[in-house]
Parts: sequence; structure tokens; C-alpha cells
Amino acid sequence: MSRPRRPRLSLGWLVSAADRAGRAALPAALAVLLMVVAATPPDLPSAVPAVAFASVLFWTLFRPAAMGPAVAFGLGLLQDLLTFGPLGAGVLTLLLTHAAAMRWRRVLARQSFLVVWLAVAGFAAGAVAVGFALQALLTFAVPPVAPAVQLFLLSVGFYPPLALLFTRLHRRLERAEAAA
Amino acid sequence: MLRLSVPLRLALARLTLPGMVAAAFGTMLLGKADTVLVERARMALADILAPVHAVLSEPIGAARAAIEEVQHLIALRSENARLREENERLRRWQAAALALEAENASLRRMTGFVPDPQPSYRTVRVVADAGGTYARAVLLRTGPELQPVRGQVAMDERGLAGRITEVGSRSARVLLVTDLNSRIPVVLEGSGARAVMAGTNGPRPRLQHWPEGTRPVEGQRVVTLGDATTVPGGLPVGVVRWTESGAAEVELFARLDRLDMLRVFELGLSGILPPEAVARPQPRPRR
Repeated sequence: MSRPRRPRLSLGWLVSAADRAGRAALPAALAVLLMVVAATPPDLPSAVPAVAFASVLFWTLFRPAAMGPAVAFGLGLLQDLLTFGPLGAGVLTLLLTHAAAMRWRRVLARQSFLVVWLAVAGFAAGAVAVGFALQALLTFAVPPVAPAVQLFLLSVGFYPPLALLFTRLHRRLERAEAAA
Repeated sequence: MLRLSVPLRLALARLTLPGMVAAAFGTMLLGKADTVLVERARMALADILAPVHAVLSEPIGAARAAIEEVQHLIALRSENARLREENERLRRWQAAALALEAENASLRRMTGFVPDPQPSYRTVRVVADAGGTYARAVLLRTGPELQPVRGQVAMDERGLAGRITEVGSRSARVLLVTDLNSRIPVVLEGSGARAVMAGTNGPRPRLQHWPEGTRPVEGQRVVTLGDATTVPGGLPVGVVRWTESGAAEVELFARLDRLDMLRVFELGLSGILPPEAVARPQPRPRR
């Protein structure tokens, strides 16, 4: 592998660098946008954790360069602040989701959508259980079970439409990278 | 950019995740240790996002209105019949209320009753959910013209909805009465007994701690207990319903599943009087 030539500082280089940075940040930015949108309707069960979970899981599986631990941490922090939940619960849940997805990445990235979705249900059950335990631990009270079940269903249900959107974006990014 | 050797870079990459997990535990500790800082961070974010939420809630509200419109069209006939019947009933109530009002006014004149100050309120928009998975709360978009105070109550057009728990410069968080952590002192109308209404995360909060001998009666109205500084008394809350398992619950008047506007009540007094309003003790003249 030959080391790339050190680029000179020029307008062309700056544009391509901005291009690359934009591409790298796009998944995280989209996740932030989706989370803010999910936090808006006041009378539905909160889908913010479900959206954050789907984002972290999808990008970790299919584009890990754009979803490192630091990004998962940031999204978790945003989730905790947005939902006024106990600080750190969302952070740890998303980091563990990221770690689990990283571990299973090589197997899952090659499977059909249905198999991935089944695995997502497994990950979601784990994430909701961790979130439930952290909520109990950090508030010193056992939270009700019904919202946890609701969140599990939301996490599983939100994955396919979001994955469809993310897959399109992923393909676009791949094409742009091939062209660059 | 820093040039690192490949093994070092690999080692660093492997260390990022454990480092971040450690940092997550750090944030948990921080969240427990410095609640003021965390609350400030939350409200700062809420202040930034309040206008964004307000813009986003427009199309969501429009979609919901369209759905409701269709539902109304479908239920037009039965709804009309129900409204006719209700109108008839309300007319009778109106006559009763007018008679009682006149009687009340004459009795007040006779006894020289000093009326309570009329609470004033401002109506603000609900822009976002602020509850997450395990809590029931909403975010209000306030402005410079309304500076809510913690502890003030908010109601929709029918009844009590919740209480303000966090205040930012452009937004405020209202913990709904159904939240697990909500405790609202209430009065049972008629008997005048006091009780505490505790949220259960379900649609109907529970009544607790009523004095012995004044059992809440099915269908009895529940109103707020005024506290002279932030909460006006007598705001409608709901009616008592006994469950089959023998627990007293409150069927709320407020429609918490469709909040779009809330009235935030303020009494003339704020919690702390401004310093110039307090008569300072004058130093005693020296003899």
C-alpha cells in the first residue's frame, strides 16, 4: 500500500476535504434531525430512543466509519437531554448497541434484510432491557413495564422505514465516493 | 494532521470504545452529582430547539387536523344527535347556574365577603414532548412576555394538565399530572376534604391521603388546592372514579392526549416579593 501524497493546500483540496467531511458527518446529522423531529409530537409515545437506536445500529453495521463510539456517545447525550431522562442512560445504551453491532457486523452485513431485522429485534430487546435497568438504577424506582414494551415495539417497527431511507443515502454516498 | 504508526492507531481505535463507556459512567455520575448544571444544559437545548419544534409541529398539527376532520365527517350524524342531547342538558344547567350565581352574589353582599383575587393566565403553545419513555411531560414555548415560575400550574381549556418543573428563557417543561412523579394537592368539592392526586403513568391519577371519615364519593368533583403564592384554588381537575379493585382515581377533564395550547396561571404575587415591596425595619433612633 503506497502512502498517498501529502495534498497541497489549494481551493480544490479544500473543496474535496469539505466534501469528504460532509459525507462523513451526514449520517450523524441525519440522526440528529430525525431525533428532533421525533421529539416534536407531544401526545404520542416518544420515538426518540427508537430513532437513535435505528440510526446507531444501521450505520454501525453498514458504514462504521461514519458511526464511531464518539458519535454514538453524542447521540446518546442528545437523547438524554431531549427526553429529560436520567443523564447517561441513553449514552450507555447506544454505546452498548454500537459495540454489539460492531461485534456482529461481519456476519450481519452480508445477510438478507429479514435476517438483519430479526437481529435488530434481538438488539432492541437488549437495548430496552439495559435502558430499563439504568432508568431503575438512576432514579431509584422501578419504572413501569408498559412503556418499555412500547419502546421495544417502536424500535423494531421504526427500523424498516428508516433502514430504507438510510440504504438510499448509503448507496448515494458510495456512488459519490466511487466518483471522487 | 498527526501521523501515527499503524499499530499505535489500531491500539487507539481499540481504546476509544472502552474510553467512551467510561465517559458514559462519568456522565451518569455528573447527572447525579450536579443536577443544576444538567438542568441548565437541558433547558439551554430546549431553548435552542423550541423554535425548531414550533416550526416542525405545524405540518404535524395540519396532518392531525386533517385526520380529525375525516373522523368528524364520518361521525357527523351520531355526533349531532349527541350534541343536541347535551345542549338540552347544558341549558338546564345554565339556568341552574344563573340562579345560583344570583343567589351567591346576594349572599356575598349580605356577609361582606372579600373575594379571592382573580387568577390571570396566559395561553402558550405546546411544541414538543419532553417526557421520553418513562415520563409524561411536554415542552411549552414561552417568550419574553411570559416568564413562568416553577410550581405554576397549567391547564387546557377543560381542566388541570400539569405543573411547571423546569424553566428556560424561551421554553418551559410541564410535568403532566399523569406522570409517576406528579403529586398535586387537591380538594374534593362538596366535602372540602383535601387529598393528594398522584400520577401512575396511566390515564387516571390516583387519590391518596384523604382524611379519615371523608371518603371520596364516586362522581365527586376534584379541584386544585390554592397555595396563595403560585397555584390558584378551585381550578377544575376531574371527577372521582372508584376502580373495581377499590382504588380512588380521578377521571381528568383535561385531554392530555391532544394538548396543543395550555394556560399558565399566575397569581398577582410571585413567590418572592421584590425587595422594594418589603418594608425594611428602620434603625431605631438613638436615645
